[in-house]
Amino acid sequence: MNSSNEGPAEQFTVQGMTGVDLTLDIAGPGSRSYAFIIDWHIRLLLALAWIGMSLFLATGGWHLGEPREQAATWAIFLPAAVIYFFYHPVLELLMRGQSPGKRMAGVRVATREGGQPGTGAILIRNVFRLVDSLPSLYAIGLLCTLFSRQRVRIGDMAAGTVLLSNERFATRSLDRLAGTGSAGGIDPNLLDLIDQLLERWPKLDPTRRLELAHSLLLSADPAPPRPPAELNEKEAHARLVALAQPT
Amino acid sequence: MNSTRAWVAARAPAWQALATRLSRRPRRSGSSIPEALDTVEDYRGLARDLATAQRLIPATRATLALEALYAQLHALIRRPPTGGAAARLDLFRNRIPRIFAALLPRLGWILALFVLSTAAGWWLVHAYPDLVSLFASQRMIDQVDAGKLWTDDILNITPSSLMSIRIFSNNIAVSIFAVGAGCLFGLGTFYLIATNGLMLGSVFAFVQQHGLGDRLFEFIVAHGPVELSVICIAGAIGAELGDALIRPAAASRRESFQRCAQHLAPLLLLCALLLVGAGCIEGFVSPGDTFPMVSHVVIGVCYWLLMVAALTGRLFGRRPRPARAAA
Repeated sequence: MNSSNEGPAEQFTVQGMTGVDLTLDIAGPGSRSYAFIIDWHIRLLLALAWIGMSLFLATGGWHLGEPREQAATWAIFLPAAVIYFFYHPVLELLMRGQSPGKRMAGVRVATREGGQPGTGAILIRNVFRLVDSLPSLYAIGLLCTLFSRQRVRIGDMAAGTVLLSNERFATRSLDRLAGTGSAGGIDPNLLDLIDQLLERWPKLDPTRRLELAHSLLLSADPAPPRPPAELNEKEAHARLVALAQPT
Repeated sequence: MNSTRAWVAARAPAWQALATRLSRRPRRSGSSIPEALDTVEDYRGLARDLATAQRLIPATRATLALEALYAQLHALIRRPPTGGAAARLDLFRNRIPRIFAALLPRLGWILALFVLSTAAGWWLVHAYPDLVSLFASQRMIDQVDAGKLWTDDILNITPSSLMSIRIFSNNIAVSIFAVGAGCLFGLGTFYLIATNGLMLGSVFAFVQQHGLGDRLFEFIVAHGPVELSVICIAGAIGAELGDALIRPAAASRRESFQRCAQHLAPLLLLCALLLVGAGCIEGFVSPGDTFPMVSHVVIGVCYWLLMVAALTGRLFGRRPRPARAAA
């Protein structure tokens, strides 16, 4: 595995098994914190929901009852503790290195070879959360992700894992390629430009985006209904959408 | 450019189909052999396509999408195998005992540190009783001054089950701290073990001065042997991690730390399981007068022997190695 020589790296390269190298995007402290905050809220709410529901069912109210009611107390607090403490390891194992928060933040845990982490690695990175969370608010972990080369916390260092960003446009881009290919084919570079223009359409100045649309349609549209220069903004947009998403 | 367009048009449906197949894969592992072989073939084919795309249409979203797909297949192929029940049994029967046996010399040093600091704590408070305020809270001191142990009323305040959960959570946290503090080149672990020893010794000396030593011993004897042993084992793991950082056995300190942590993790797992048992004993057996003193001693000794059996693998059917015949 290679990465840049100095300072935190944004990407790292893994040698593929076929000779084609793999460049992976490292998730920064922002994505990491975002994912953690979502997960923390989910597990806290789940644990509290369990306590509230079981407390209500067991006692018919919101009090703990007599200390002798051992079974009820176990049934109330043990599952809540399990939900809270085992949320990350269990979900990261079941969801192949992700948790709901990580999925929403578009990140996943991977080994330093780019593979899916095993049970041992997942357990180790979660055991070390206790150290990373010291003295409070994950201060040690956050500092480590700010200054370590692959933006990893101590748990990741111990487990040999990294947090990677997922490519969000992957499936959509392939779908578009397949669609345009079967329709006769647009130059992939032009398709890429159309894709980017459509994405940035609402943010661009109307005159400028119309100019860009005319220019792209002139090069890309194989069978224009009218000369591209005569199309108004709405028509040009609709034509670009039709070219990028023919199916 | 026409050839590029034709190539993309020809290959794109296959990429789309592959992306769909990958997204529909079951979450659980366990592919059949044909599925695994297909995945390897897909990986090879995609590598060829990706190399071509990187040359013909570099830095486009299509190439990025292919790279993402390639990364998914790479992760899938590099997924570690799961061994099932046999692998788990092997872990407890063979791997953990081997790790524990290798850790014994370091455990001896940690035990010596713990015993010495306990003795130091006992001597300090025995010689200078006022120093107990360094190790115990004022509330605890007031209770002992009044002739009561702080453990006397805990069952009236908290149900045993809730207390057990709290105790084993706390003990597991302490053990993990003892391990994690090893990342401070082992010094954190030494500090934690020495502090625990000092506190234990000083509190024992203090209650002894008030004639409550027997009662504290009765409280501790059922769960204490395993609890303290596990904390010492966690300390030995932490010291081993510290040693991996001080004298790296791999190319870098980070790699050495990682290898060491991964090697020792199963032992920590067994320690956590043992602490759950100790927490239950501490919640249900240790406080109150439900069980006589002799029961406490028997439970303490039996649970400690069970721990030794688990650590040496005998509990899971490991046979002792036959003595090598003399040549």
